[in-house]
Amino acid sequence: MGIVKSYRLRLQRKRWRIRAFRKRRELQPIRNRTSQIRPGDIFLFSTMRNEHVRLPYFLKYYRDMGVNHFFIVDNDSNDGGLEYLAEQPDVSVWHSKSSYKRARYGVDWLNWLQLRHAHGHWCLTVDPDEFFLFPFCDTRPIRALTDWLDASSIKSFSAMLLDMYPKGRIDAEPYVAGQNPMETACWFDAGNYTINKNKKLGNLWIQGGARARVFFPDAPEKAPALNKIPLVKWDRRYTYVSSTHNLLPRGLNLVYDEWGGEKASGVLLHTKFLNTFTEKAQEELERKQHYSASVEYKAYAEHLSENPDLWCKWSEKYINWRQLEILGLMSKGNWA
Amino acid sequence: MSVGILMLVHTALGRAEQVARHWAASGCPVVIHVDKKVDRKTYKGFQASIKDVSDITFCKRHYCEWGGWGITAATQGAAERMLAQFPDVRHVFLASGSCLPLRPVGELIEYLDARPRTDFIESATTSEVPWTVGGLDIERFTLRFPFSWKTQRRLFDKYVALQRSLGLKRRIPKGLVPHMGSQWWCLTRQTLSAVLEDPDRPTYDRYFCKVWIPDESYFQTLSRQYSSNIESRSLTLSKFDFQGKPHIFYDDHLQLLRRSDCFVARKIWPHASRIYEAFLTDEDGALKRAEPNPGKIDRIFAKAVERRTRGRAGLVMHSRFPNEGWENGLTCAPYSVFQGFAELFEDFEPWLARATGTRVHGHLFSPERAEFSGGEKVINGGLSDQPLLRDYNGAAFLTNLIWNTRGERQCFQLGPMDTQDVCWKISNDPNAQISVISGAWAVPLFRSNQNFSDLRREAARLQKIENEFLYKLRNPNAKARIRIWSMAEFIESPMEPLQTLIDEIGNAPQRRLAEAPKMADLQGFGQFLQNLKNQGMHPHLMGDFPIHDSPVLPVEKQRKPYLVK
Repeated sequence: MGIVKSYRLRLQRKRWRIRAFRKRRELQPIRNRTSQIRPGDIFLFSTMRNEHVRLPYFLKYYRDMGVNHFFIVDNDSNDGGLEYLAEQPDVSVWHSKSSYKRARYGVDWLNWLQLRHAHGHWCLTVDPDEFFLFPFCDTRPIRALTDWLDASSIKSFSAMLLDMYPKGRIDAEPYVAGQNPMETACWFDAGNYTINKNKKLGNLWIQGGARARVFFPDAPEKAPALNKIPLVKWDRRYTYVSSTHNLLPRGLNLVYDEWGGEKASGVLLHTKFLNTFTEKAQEELERKQHYSASVEYKAYAEHLSENPDLWCKWSEKYINWRQLEILGLMSKGNWA
Repeated sequence: MSVGILMLVHTALGRAEQVARHWAASGCPVVIHVDKKVDRKTYKGFQASIKDVSDITFCKRHYCEWGGWGITAATQGAAERMLAQFPDVRHVFLASGSCLPLRPVGELIEYLDARPRTDFIESATTSEVPWTVGGLDIERFTLRFPFSWKTQRRLFDKYVALQRSLGLKRRIPKGLVPHMGSQWWCLTRQTLSAVLEDPDRPTYDRYFCKVWIPDESYFQTLSRQYSSNIESRSLTLSKFDFQGKPHIFYDDHLQLLRRSDCFVARKIWPHASRIYEAFLTDEDGALKRAEPNPGKIDRIFAKAVERRTRGRAGLVMHSRFPNEGWENGLTCAPYSVFQGFAELFEDFEPWLARATGTRVHGHLFSPERAEFSGGEKVINGGLSDQPLLRDYNGAAFLTNLIWNTRGERQCFQLGPMDTQDVCWKISNDPNAQISVISGAWAVPLFRSNQNFSDLRREAARLQKIENEFLYKLRNPNAKARIRIWSMAEFIESPMEPLQTLIDEIGNAPQRRLAEAPKMADLQGFGQFLQNLKNQGMHPHLMGDFPIHDSPVLPVEKQRKPYLVK
């Protein structure tokens, strides 16, 4: 990489940091429990809107995994989710009435909170419908992973977004608060992913899965990106660039091996397709706060009105992380 | 009292305390060295917490940095202390704070009592071991390493390069032959005291303090000078990954560790409470050990290294995206590609499926849709037949298909009328078996009912595309198993090549083919080609066809009607 290009990326990184700094005014602290933080704590960052029904299981899942503190930005929910979060003993929550889109889909807000609080900590950045899986997650807590990453001098950890869906109509079975969403949405596509490399930032660009198969058969280039780097040993110089798909400095995006080997990696189970989805898609379409003029939601709305069944004969039923590792959707790398 | 333990502690002091108490309770004196990086307050607290055990003492602290002299200095200090303070000790065992005794300490004492003169230290000359990290083997001993590998990597590398280019070399002290090996050893008092009390020790220390990773070479080299009986292995079970960093044991390794026959394992994750509980507090449980099976641990960790360095062949995923040429197999299993067969034979696909028991697809890269076997719209792994999805990344489509159907051989048809995106890939793939009957694309044209001018244009286009494909296949770098026949050549004796192909696929039992696929009726094909020629389009890929009479077809034997009288 030439000096010019390197300097450009540096400027871009600074730009996102300044932007995050400016956007800090949009965040109004509701409950700030950051004084509880201890050195070495593992954090989770998330931004959400009207996800109250998902919160109990979401918090439980990550507490069990070993996350110590939650940083959540609530984008003007009106379903009581904000109040629920404020009561939780390990959650710091901020509220924002401003535009999600103009905060670059929440990235600016989280970049600010990470810049402010996360220096030197391992940070997991996920949406409330994403459930992180890493090798041995059924027998080892997340600290085992972060300790190992520290010992191996690895600063970022990749996880592919895996779209989960139910069999039959999406709205067939209602989701109840506290329920494991993987009980209903337990199917996924195992082997229809395509990968390209983003030359500029060095990250991979993965598309495919159920969403490409059902919603974008005629425009695969518009299918949503599935590559994510949710777990990072944060440094105040870092910024997320576009969602959690890529970061700057670009070295953090090199989460894959280019010489034939496999690096350790995980999966984010994406449980977007619950019965809550149809309504949400409609609302998001009206709010127009999503990526690329909400093209994704337009496609959903079109298809969902006709036949909301993502399941096909070759859908795979989720069992555990070992199944995903055998299918080649994640890898243990040299962690044994 | 015969075994003394030296314990080098860096972090997780609580666990170190547990283990030290365990050693001491079994009658082994312990000398602990705590890294100077640990702050004073924590250190004092640690000392105070363990004050009640008289056999545990502390030695002078040094800064320990990986690859630096500090660790060796610490070991020397601790060893001197041990020898001076505990005159009964015969063997000195070097362990770290994250080491854990797997077998009852009594067994270790017995074992060493039975071998009073043996030094257990892994020690090999540099030229004979492949463990070296960073490409430095003998150079560890002949270059200077003032910079830290972990924190000043760039300077480290630059300085190594500089010394290499200037040809600078240190002289190895006279009489020493550099040896390397695991840092964790168990030496006899005799050998250890000889090393520590050597009159030349200042010279050796001065030399070794600029050697890279002296803790893996100082005692290993010097014990060779004095020991009468070296057994070159470590009593500590410790597995290393491809970067030379030890693998860590977690709670889920408990059963594995129970089945290992080593005395001590490292390194244990400090939060692995079940392991600590099982081996430290539960003496009975530790005694009831399962049948030793140390090979299993070896396999698991060897596999991990293999996975990290070579990966699974034919897998492309978010943490394995090999550069061109580094794939270690473009696809994960052998597959067969047929060009021209389905055109020449009317029932080629079902026939092939019958003859070989493989899964036979139609034209997977047809512009209309991917013709999966059985006309399926989606197949294994959720791979869709939609042409745009497929062509978005044709190579990935093929890789996915072969990966998703592991364990079942795939065959598919290709032709000049298909998307040609994957041609380059398959021609370079050693897993591909490509068989081409060149020019057979003309058969459907010949049998179609189109205007001749359209046919002529189409024929010219297809011939051009096939020619390009053949050019790729004939490239000397093409790695696939390739067979090309011209059509004229093939129909002369079709059974022989078919038999070869089927045998190579190798699924069916080895026997002669009982039935042949039915060849399309080629009556008048020669004339058709001549007509194309007459129109100025020269079809050359089929080989030479006689104009008038049709080529000799293998005559299907008419069954004799027979009568039962």
